[in-house]
Amino acid sequence: MHIAEGMLPAPHALGWTLAAAPFVVHGARQVVKEVREHPESTLLLGAAGAFTFVLSAIKLPSVTGSSSHPTGTGLGAVLFRPPVMALLGTVVLLFQALLLAHGGLTTLGANAFSMAVVGPWAGYAAYRLTRRLGGGLLPAVFAAMAVSDLATYGTTALQLAWAHPDAESGFVGAAVKFLGVFAVTQVPLAIGEGFLGVLLFRVLTVNARPELERLGVLTPEPVPDAEPQR
Amino acid sequence: MRRHLITAVLVLAVVALFAAPLLIDPGSEFAGTDSQATELIEESDPGYEPWFSSVFSPGSAEVESGLFALQAALGGAVLGYVLGRLRGRRGAERTTAPSSAPPPAEP
Repeated sequence: MHIAEGMLPAPHALGWTLAAAPFVVHGARQVVKEVREHPESTLLLGAAGAFTFVLSAIKLPSVTGSSSHPTGTGLGAVLFRPPVMALLGTVVLLFQALLLAHGGLTTLGANAFSMAVVGPWAGYAAYRLTRRLGGGLLPAVFAAMAVSDLATYGTTALQLAWAHPDAESGFVGAAVKFLGVFAVTQVPLAIGEGFLGVLLFRVLTVNARPELERLGVLTPEPVPDAEPQR
Repeated sequence: MRRHLITAVLVLAVVALFAAPLLIDPGSEFAGTDSQATELIEESDPGYEPWFSSVFSPGSAEVESGLFALQAALGGAVLGYVLGRLRGRRGAERTTAPSSAPPPAEP
């Protein structure tokens, strides 16, 4: 989903930067607030950032014969709500733009908007919806991870189609073309990302129960948890 | 036991999901979708000139993959550290306080 450096016309680059900036600033303030009020959250915040860092570094092969990388932003969105991921996701994108020539500074706004804003919010919405419909924590986490991944790439396709509409078929034609590149490749990756999120949450529900209860992800149990047999 | 089984199945599913494409289509280059999108722009919008280039580009594929590995290693190290801390904390709680009383709330 990294739009390469210079591949968006200047007005688009500026527009997306202005669109993403308030989310990132708000996210930064949320991170500071969270750490100040709940220093014990720092560990899990680190985990959320690290998860995105790892996953977005790994390009995985897909059945379409091309490769792509997951985003990993659903985890932090579920744990700390989406604004926090606006900052963490943008930090990852900045690292890749500066050191890896992957993405870019002029396209940072557009990439941050898709990966750090739309992805986490869509994932969080999927999480809440699954829980509302009576789904358990792990199915909801799976939905959050997969949907945030797909929504990120869908957004990128639409951003590119808007900036580079097809000569004949216009925006819609270009959107279909860019979605053709991104969307199908991304489906197995989104499923894999969902499984990874479930694996991680299974560890967290055992080892970070107090934090998850405070964050509202798990409901506190009325009776103190009996020692589970191993 | 059942817990471990589910974990194993999930891990296997992830491995299978990403190993399958390599087995199905071993001749493919698995080009990145990001670069495919860039090529698509060059094709469909040939008049477009990128107006800014990266401030720093890794000199070779080796340097680039090294930096990607560095990114993954940093993330993996932090994630492993956090999970280790959490697990160690839970172990300590179990041995010192069998009633597992929650820490006192800040006033």
